[in-house]
Amino acid sequence: MNGSMDDLYREVILDHHRRPRGHAPLPRPADARAEGKNPSCGDELCLELACENGAITGAHVECHGCAIATASGSILAELVPGRTPAQVRELAEAFRVAMHSPDGVLPDALEPGDLEVLTGVRKFPARVKCALLPWITLLSALDARDGGAAAAPATTEV
Amino acid sequence: MTREDFLKAPAGVEPCDGQAGDCSRCGRIYSERFPLLERRINGRPLVYLDSAATTQKPGAVIAAEARYYREHNANVHRGMHTLGVEATDLYEGCRTRVGRFLGVPGDRVVITRGATSSLNLVAGGLAPTLKPGDEIIVTEMEHHANLVPWLQLAKREGLVVRPLPITAGGELDLARLPSLLTARTRVVALTHVSNVLGTINPVAEIAAAARRRGALVVVDAAQSVGHLPFTFEELGADFLAFSAHKAYGPMGLGFLVGGADALERLEPVEVGGEMIDSVTMEAATWAPIPHRFEAGTPNVGAAAAFPAALDTIDEATLQRLRQHEISLTAYALERLRGLGGVTIYGPAEAERRGGLVSFHDPMVHPHDMAQLLDSVGIAVRAGHHCAQPLHRRLGVVATSRASFGMYNAHEDIDALIEGIGYARSVFGA
Repeated sequence: MNGSMDDLYREVILDHHRRPRGHAPLPRPADARAEGKNPSCGDELCLELACENGAITGAHVECHGCAIATASGSILAELVPGRTPAQVRELAEAFRVAMHSPDGVLPDALEPGDLEVLTGVRKFPARVKCALLPWITLLSALDARDGGAAAAPATTEV
Repeated sequence: MTREDFLKAPAGVEPCDGQAGDCSRCGRIYSERFPLLERRINGRPLVYLDSAATTQKPGAVIAAEARYYREHNANVHRGMHTLGVEATDLYEGCRTRVGRFLGVPGDRVVITRGATSSLNLVAGGLAPTLKPGDEIIVTEMEHHANLVPWLQLAKREGLVVRPLPITAGGELDLARLPSLLTARTRVVALTHVSNVLGTINPVAEIAAAARRRGALVVVDAAQSVGHLPFTFEELGADFLAFSAHKAYGPMGLGFLVGGADALERLEPVEVGGEMIDSVTMEAATWAPIPHRFEAGTPNVGAAAAFPAALDTIDEATLQRLRQHEISLTAYALERLRGLGGVTIYGPAEAERRGGLVSFHDPMVHPHDMAQLLDSVGIAVRAGHHCAQPLHRRLGVVATSRASFGMYNAHEDIDALIEGIGYARSVFGA
């Protein structure tokens, strides 16, 4: 499968990379936090969430990674606020499935926003991990919050 | 700039016809002998700049491996039949040929699966000779293959690992060596040529200092064998590990070369068939060196093929290959510096480096760089190159690396520079 560079570096993705959302630190101490890494390439990401009344109210993403990982983290920061942890888990899982499926379709009901654009990355198997890193880290942060323990660093290696 | 616009620009490289055996026009050496280089990648002639990861293989090597499986395939050292004898001759012939290439008798050459296996054999094999509190010096620029086996050994045996740091210029900080070398130092593990910085380390000087303290010197020569002219004796090391596949040979084959008494110090790590003298239900005794370190069926096909790679190197001569890599490296350094804003790692002079250049362009992350270069047919490596502590020291998670082989030419570096320009344009730089 040979995707073109325009699938990978769509203008939307480049825009998220140039001006990542969620760059500003949270106004108060985080309610959930996790670090993630992609051992095969060394990319690292730190994610913090603010929660209030059962919903996520803000996300802070600090990504030391490529354009795809950075854009994915930015899209995450844009999509996550206003959703419940359960909704966010559903979205992350749907994204993971889409990235490993031929058609890469995300259900409209999940309101995937710019995440839909990111599914083009699935045509580049070596880059799927880059796109998934922020979402795997997100799940790790939620697991830690639910379990009450500090998160073990999330990893794209399974 | 879109990829289509980039492709409309005059292409930097067309394959060399190589009529003259090597091309006087572009300086490529024997490039016409490497069939894979005829490939097109994403519609463009391949520009292969990843020889430090693995070199491409001459047709003679590919043919020799195929010939082994077509004509000689049998297990070694046990067949009473004709094929078994032929296979054994080819396998042992490889050992002798490698010994001749490095200036040692064949019985000091252990055949392994690769440099990583060789280094694990040394680390594991020395374990019985080490005591808790013994010290191992490992440089900060090691590939994980010459670091992790020592970390594991230290954990298991209660040893102390002392890192030998690098200078800001990317060379070993030799001023620190005297204080690190103590009466408890048992091993100094270092790379001959850094796979990230390109630095050529003064192995002989370090080995002499280590020897005065009675420490063994273990050299990772994965980046130097087949690229730099040297003999085992000149290095002054006790052990030297390398892989065939970075020296124009096949994958799945490597070597551990030992000094006169060095291999005697090693206990076998892998045990089983092939490596025994006699076995009872109670105990086993080992075959003589080097066979005691070669348990199980080896990669005979690769061993049968590797001499053809060494013949190619010798035909060109290592001196000429080295001059070629210096010339390419100097040009790459000059062109990368000319881009502006690119950080280049390692020594400034090409003469002090192997044939590779790692760099970081703050405008384009290394993965994006490698991806965009690939889209126009240029193969480079991006990532931590299996040297995470070094990258931490350099303050980056990843770098891009262009590395050279005999078949490369200045035009390939021109293509790289154009490609970087294209990658930058995608990110609006």
